Formats: sequence, structure tokens, C-alpha cells
Amino acid sequence: MPHTLATVPFGEPVVIERIAGERGFRRRLFELGFLPGSTVRVLAVAPMGDPLDVELGGCRFSLRRAEADSIAVTGLAALAAK
Amino acid sequence: MPPSGAPRPRIAVAGNPNTGKTTLFNRLTGANARVGNYAGVTVEREESTWRIGGESVDVVDIPGTYSLAARSGEEQVAVRALFGLDGEARPQLVVLVVDSTQLVRNLYLAVQLAEAGLPFVIALNLIDVARKQGIAPDPAGVAAAFGVPVVATSAQTGEGIKELGAAVLAALANPPRPAVHPPYPAALEADIGRLLPYGAAASPAEARALALWTLLSVDHQDELLDVPPAVRTEVAAIRTAAEAAGRDLDLEVVSARYGWLAAHQFRPPVGAEAGPRTSERVDRVLLHPLWGSLTFLVVMGVLFQTLFAWSDPLVGLIEGALAATSELVAGTLPAGMLTDLLVDGVIAGVGSVVVFLPQILLLFLLLGFLEDSGYMARVAFLVDRLMRSVGLHGRAFVPMLSGYACAVPAIMATRTLERRRDRLLTMMVVPLMSCSARLPVYTLVIATVLATDERVFGLPARPVAMVAMYVFSTFMALVAAAVLGRTLLKGPRVPLLLELPPYRTPRVPTVLRQMWMRARSFLTEAGTTILVVTVILWGLLYFPRYEAPAGVTLTEEARSREQLAQSYGGALGRAIEPAIAPLGFDWKIGVGLVGSFAAREVFVSTMGLMYGIGSDLDETSVGLREHMQAARKPDGTPVWTPLTGAALMVFFALSAQCLSTLAVVRREARSWAWPTFLFGYMTVLAWGMSALVVVVGRWVGFT
Repeated sequence: MPHTLATVPFGEPVVIERIAGERGFRRRLFELGFLPGSTVRVLAVAPMGDPLDVELGGCRFSLRRAEADSIAVTGLAALAAK
Repeated sequence: MPPSGAPRPRIAVAGNPNTGKTTLFNRLTGANARVGNYAGVTVEREESTWRIGGESVDVVDIPGTYSLAARSGEEQVAVRALFGLDGEARPQLVVLVVDSTQLVRNLYLAVQLAEAGLPFVIALNLIDVARKQGIAPDPAGVAAAFGVPVVATSAQTGEGIKELGAAVLAALANPPRPAVHPPYPAALEADIGRLLPYGAAASPAEARALALWTLLSVDHQDELLDVPPAVRTEVAAIRTAAEAAGRDLDLEVVSARYGWLAAHQFRPPVGAEAGPRTSERVDRVLLHPLWGSLTFLVVMGVLFQTLFAWSDPLVGLIEGALAATSELVAGTLPAGMLTDLLVDGVIAGVGSVVVFLPQILLLFLLLGFLEDSGYMARVAFLVDRLMRSVGLHGRAFVPMLSGYACAVPAIMATRTLERRRDRLLTMMVVPLMSCSARLPVYTLVIATVLATDERVFGLPARPVAMVAMYVFSTFMALVAAAVLGRTLLKGPRVPLLLELPPYRTPRVPTVLRQMWMRARSFLTEAGTTILVVTVILWGLLYFPRYEAPAGVTLTEEARSREQLAQSYGGALGRAIEPAIAPLGFDWKIGVGLVGSFAAREVFVSTMGLMYGIGSDLDETSVGLREHMQAARKPDGTPVWTPLTGAALMVFFALSAQCLSTLAVVRREARSWAWPTFLFGYMTVLAWGMSALVVVVGRWVGFT
């Protein structure tokens, strides 16, 4: 089953495979460095269950689950096994 | 160096958000900024002068941005200001402020400037923080890669500011010529070529850069300004062809730029990550479901308390000073129209402006600390879920909360919102939050229509009614946000992508300077409108003059009442009686409604005048209450029934009876249309809901 950023456990580094979704938002993510191949971690979630606190290269962004769900990721372990 | 008499050189300061750009700007230019607006959008433009040695340079602050690519008119500001498009003056030089601890992401913007061949200088800001983390970049390496001067700076400590000045003067005399060519695929180069014929640019590099910008920014649902239809058609054709070929244009452009950056080693390689950073550790508490929520409640509690209660002594001081001034003027000048105009019109008008200052200053002081420390982003993070459910941005929380104290500073606080739609939506619902000026009206009405020992559901009725008004106003504000956000202010759904910047110690001079600039713009722009309208309102209640019939001697109170009753304002109060009669309001209440436009609490003193016991009283006056309770309609039934009281409170809760609020909305929205709409929709809502209260109330047996 493909994983998205909305489903990975907190603190686990994962690698971005591809980003779907609305064009402007995708482009924004790309420009901030969320590119296929880059490593990200979900650090936490807000008390009401949304949004997520995502770390990329030492920088942190808050993303909603709906959008995080459009970011397909692979675990580092799965990547090493390939 | 330009000879004396030549126009001053003009430079722009640009950079990502959270790079300390504003702090640097303040450090360079001191406290003499001129605040204006970019044409066509409500984005503020700050311009100032930087004295470098004996030279003076004009500096314009470009809003923080991660990229030049844009989706909306607001985001387009950066590209317009940097390239001097659409009426913007073109800067001779750009100072690009870069966060040294987030180098690669920040240099993404540098790649775009360099591609365009714009002359710029890089300030590697926050260099002290980067050094502490052992990740300080090498300025020479960055300079070699981009072909521009690079200076390491710290806006916090002042390090490198002199060197930056020298670099700017040198670059103005001898502009750097950056040249950066990310490795774009051949197909993309062909696409760029197709767009080149549409633009007129200063250089081939710039034409290329603008073509790339167009490719990345324009599509069928952007909200950009001034894009020629021919360009739109061409871009659409290029995108369709690329999609058919399985290409991803955006990814091609962005990853080529990042690829170029990755090929350069800008700083010494760092070892394995040294564990979580300080901010991450702090956020384990501040974003914790329990401790984070508690901290949030405490911070917001302090903010609310400051606005609601702690500003009181300052307001008291101002009111005291005004009263003393009035007395002095009234005592010195001979009695007459001119003195009345000065005392009750002008001095009272100035007072009604100045009286907002304590709350504005305190709110912007706290906002400055919240923003500069990085906690404001956490506020938005914590409440996003809640606010989003009614279509508001997380950052709208603080303005909404401030609305319980006063809508005027709260509306000014919407500047923390970046998008125009979010700002307008927040501005349109903040005035529904029950502000402190409504409190005296509620107190008076509740005490008039409910007896002390009256109970509802076993609870004392008076406090229940008061709490109910606050719950009701909050509920209506949220409903209004949900409705307006889905109708008039409907916009594309905007995904949240909010940086949680590292925590930093706020710099007090920066916070104080921002606070002063806000207060100044309130006084000069909204304040003048408020003053003028207050004087007009005074005139409406002062003219025409009442002359007592010959032989009749009236007491001072009786004179004042007669004056008010037959003034233009009084006539207006009577004229609207048919409209408010269905709500159970008589013409005296009508006059009270007209008078309360100056400030809602004026309703209390107007009632005092109308019921003939003078205006020098407050909402707890027993005399006023008894007179009101004794008042009868022509048919002999009491005017002030619980039902009329409820209808009147609902009316006050929902109507936009506050000139200052309307004036501030005009200032912030830069148009008369929005305050007009605000007034219209709130008045209709207030009348409708009051009528509903009356109808339902009668139906269940109230009178």
C-alpha cells in the first residue's frame, strides 16, 4: 500500500516520491524544497488532530492532513530494501 | 557617486519571511519610514532612507517571499517592485536578505534574481546563529557562485551593517552582473523560447527570467493582474503540450534550480545531525496537546486581560486630561456656539480618536512580541482546525479575540493576515464580537427590564442574560464568517503551508517601532475621518438651536432635552420610528440609536437626557433605571418590557453603530465599499434578528 505523509508515524524520516494535488500548492511545495527524493519527518500534530508539523532540512512547516495526503512517501527502510 | 542634485539612488530589500529582514530594514533606516500601498492591492509598502556615511539611499521594503512566482496580485508585488513593472519604480540595486541557517531554501530566491541578471548584494543574515550551530556559510563561496558581493550580517547584534553599507555603495557605483544558468532540459528551453516574443525587457537574461516567471505563475485559475490574454493563451498551449508529453513543467524548473544549488558547496559539511534543535524541543511543550493548549490559553488570557482591563488606567488618564482641557476652554472662552463647537465637537472628537490609543499600542506591542518570537505561527497552528471550520485563517484568532475589547484595534490587527480575502472576511465579522462599549448598554437594559431576584431555570436572570449576549455575539460572528466566506468572499480553497520559524528573542526597538508606526497611521488616516465625522454628528445634535418660549424658564437638563429632541439628530430619531416601532422601540430610543454612532456607550447618557435626569450619569444609575421603568407608551403599556430589552440588546449586539469601526475598515480595506457593505449587512441583520426576537417572544407569551 502506498504511504502518504498523512499516515507516517511521528519522528520517522521518509522520502518524498511524488506530490499530487492542486498546481499552485504543488509548485509552492517544490519551491520550498519538498522535491521528490528529499527526506521529511512529521514531528507532531495539533491538539485538535490537524494540521501536522512537518520538518524538512531543519525547517518546519505546518500542513493539513488533506494536503499531506497528496504527498506520496517511502520509508527509509523500504528504500534500502529495494 | 551621484553628483549632488541628482535623484537619490533607490534600492530594494527583499528576502524570505522570517529572515530578520524587517529588523535589518529598521536597523538600516531608523524610524523615518513612509508607509504607502502597492497599486491595486492592500499590501503595505514601507519606504525609508538609509544614510551610509555621507550618502543617502532610498530603501523600499519588499514583502517577504520564498519565490518570485505568484498566484495572486499580492504575491505579484515582489516581481513588480523588483523589476519595476506596472508603474513601480525600478530599484538600482537589491539587497537580498538570506537566513544563513536555512541557506539553500533562501538562496532559491537568489537564483531567480541572478537568472534575471538583476544587480544585487546578498546579506547572509543571522550569521551569529548559524555560527553557533556550526553551519555558517562561507561568504566568498556564495559570492563566487552568484557573481555578486556577499556580506555576513546580524541584524540583531549589528554585525556587518557597516560592511553592508560599503558593499551597497560600491555596487551602486559599479553594478554586479550575476549570471546563473540552472541546467534546464532542452524541452523547457524551447518552451521559454516560445514566450520570449511577448515581453519587452531590459536584457535577454531578464526576458528569459520573465518568461520563466510566466510559465510558473500563469494558469487558468491564477488571480494575477495585468497578464495579456495572448500570453495566457500561449502558456495554456505550452502547458497542454507538456502534459501530453508527460512532462511536469513546475518540477522541471524548480528541480533544475535546486540542482544548481546542490552542485555548490556553500558551507563546510556538517556531521550527523546533532539531535533536535532547540525550537523542536521547546515545541514538544508548546505544541503538546495538554501543556501546549494550557500555554495557549494563558497567553491569550493575558492578551485579552491587557486589552480589556489593563488599558483602563491609560484610558482614564486620557479622559481625565480631556475633561480638564474642556473645562479650561469652557471656563476661559465666553459661552456661545464657538465654545460649544470647541468643547463638545472638536475636543470631544479628538478624545474619541485618542481614546483608542492605549488599546492600539498595547495590542500591537503584544502582537509584535508574538510575531517576532515565532509564537504567532504556533497560534495559527494550534487553532487552525477550529478557525477553518468557519472559513477563517488560524491567524484571524487574535483579531477575533481582540474584538471582545474593541473592534478598532482588532481590525488593524488583521494585518497579520497575508491574503486580502482572509483579511476582508475577518474585518467583516470582527465588529460582531461583543466589544466593551456594548457592556454599559447591556448593563443598563438588563437592570431596567429584569428584577434582581428574577430567575431563569433556577439561575439568577441578570448574569444569565449578560452571558447569553456574549455567547450570542460570538455565535453570530462565526455564522457570519461561514456565510460570507461561502458567498460574497468566496475564494479558491487555499491549502495551509505555514512556516513554523525557530523561536527567537524579539528585538525591543523593532517591536516598539512597528507599534509606533501602527499608532501613527491610525491617528493620521483613520483618526482624521473619525474626528470629522464626530464633529458632523455633534452638529446634527446641536442644530437647529432650541429657543425656550418667552416667559418660560427651563432647568439646564430640560433645556438639553428639548435641544436634543428637536435637533436634526432628534428629527432623524423620530423619522426612523416607523422602522423601529415593530421592534418595540419608541422615538427616544431612536434618538439614542442615532447618538450612539459616536460610541455605543453614549446611548446611556442620551437616555439620561431623554428621560430628563441629565447626561452626567452611568449605566448603574438607579434614577435613570426608575425613569425608564416608569415610561409608558401612548396606550399606557410600559416601554421597557423584557421583550423590548432583549430586542434592543440584540440590535446593539449586531448593528454596526460605530463610526470609528467604519472609518478603520475604510482605512484598512482602502475602499468605501467595504464599510458601506459592513454597515448595510449588520443593520439588516440587527433589525431582522430583533424582529425575530419580538415575534418569537410574543408567540411564547411575552409582551
